[in-house]
Amino acid sequence: MTHTIRLSINGTPGDIALDDPRVTLLDLLRERLGLTGSKKGCDRGQCGACTVLVDGRRINACLALAVSLDGAEVATIEGLADGDRLHPVQEAFIAHDGMQCGFCTPGQIMSAVGLIAEGQAGDERERIREGMSGNICRCGAYAGIVDAVLDARRILAEAERKVRA
Amino acid sequence: MNRFDYVRPATLAEAVAAGAEPGAAYLAAGTNLVDLMKTGAARPDLLVDITHLPGLAAIDPLPDGGVRIGAMVRNADLAHDAHFAHQFPAVAEALLAGASAQLRNAATVGGNLMQRTRCRYFQDPASACNRREPGSGCPAHGGEARSHAILGFSDACIATHASDLCVPLVGLDAVVEIDGPAGRREVPLDAFHLLPGDTPERETMLARGDLVTALRLPGTAAAFRAHARYLKLRERTSFAFALVSAAAMLQIEDGTITAARIALGGVAAKPWRARAAEAVLADAAPEAPAFARAAEAALADARPAGGNGFKIDLAKRVVERALALAAAGTPARVPALPASVFAPAGDPAHA
Repeated sequence: MTHTIRLSINGTPGDIALDDPRVTLLDLLRERLGLTGSKKGCDRGQCGACTVLVDGRRINACLALAVSLDGAEVATIEGLADGDRLHPVQEAFIAHDGMQCGFCTPGQIMSAVGLIAEGQAGDERERIREGMSGNICRCGAYAGIVDAVLDARRILAEAERKVRA
Repeated sequence: MNRFDYVRPATLAEAVAAGAEPGAAYLAAGTNLVDLMKTGAARPDLLVDITHLPGLAAIDPLPDGGVRIGAMVRNADLAHDAHFAHQFPAVAEALLAGASAQLRNAATVGGNLMQRTRCRYFQDPASACNRREPGSGCPAHGGEARSHAILGFSDACIATHASDLCVPLVGLDAVVEIDGPAGRREVPLDAFHLLPGDTPERETMLARGDLVTALRLPGTAAAFRAHARYLKLRERTSFAFALVSAAAMLQIEDGTITAARIALGGVAAKPWRARAAEAVLADAAPEAPAFARAAEAALADARPAGGNGFKIDLAKRVVERALALAAAGTPARVPALPASVFAPAGDPAHA
């Protein structure tokens, strides 16, 4: 039985016909929509490489059945930059060497975007480390990642202050 | 993953009707179920998606000072609900000590009760497992049982329940609301999960088609808010299941404990309420000697299920330390490392 769901992906809404309810959000993005930025690391919710935002919240795309997300807004790494202009979190990861091999990086960046939006960690390194513990980096770029999150949060907060002023 | 049918009912009545079909399983966020389906440890024929049902995702304060938590409330939303976290801080700390931020954003409170054991033999469909396939045997007996039960286990099964959330909840007399083919009813959380005995495949008291719709905490639970902590010993600081954990919640008046609640996690097939330890603390001074006696009482019936005897002493120490932290006072905010043995005690400014 085909299940048709409506998803907005990176701001573009559309209907998607699923011929099989087993398809996870991650497999839908990667295998059917060609959005291979979200990575399949463990496929068990343990590594965070598949992290995307669903309705503004970071989740593991590998554990979500796409059919259940009917009506949701999905944001992936592909939709983060504004044309050629990188998102402040992307720029901060480059500036602070928040990566080595890069495989976990899309998940790290989407997780960082979610963490900053949640507003719980502030500028405390320990809260950022704890809040990013769902993203494993086997190269061990954690120090640079925390620096990048701190820096990106400051830049985003300043930008918001300017918008309000 | 096996093939399955998928339905998305519009009402609770439709959901319960579908959930009573043979081979049906309710789907919430799927953070546990989808994982088990990928390995083949779970093979439902029908998934009944309850995430779109109306009315199951509210956090409602009750007139007695308690709270009703809809089964589809996400763990992160409950932990960060300011009023809830103020009234029931040990529950918020336990929530934030569990899993990762991504999983907490998805996982539901009802699903947390329904999560399956992390016993590696249960998780591996190539292994025998009395819980997954009744009568097939228990390779954890004499196998890799480092993280297994020290209380309430049987010859048939030595698995533990992995929830953090359920530990302070069972200490605070939480009640589970259930809807099902036989109608609505409720049961104390302490009676919801079953010890394995000879029927480890019966993990909860739910009958076929029964659906957890909400949890309730009574107003009396909020009276512990000034001295309420959760402490979780795990093999890495974050994003790991408890080796042992404890919720300790006290009421202290004029230097004397007037009421105590203690529960343990990671020690049994259910969140373990330690009533004998609570009785030890009645009218005692909130100090180390009483905490040590309480810890001994909490683990008095503990025994190793295999190579896990070390967990008994660890559990005693975790109970003692959780009580000491609770006596020092609930921090104004959940610490940066929630429930961590590495976190400083924090500033006891909570009222």
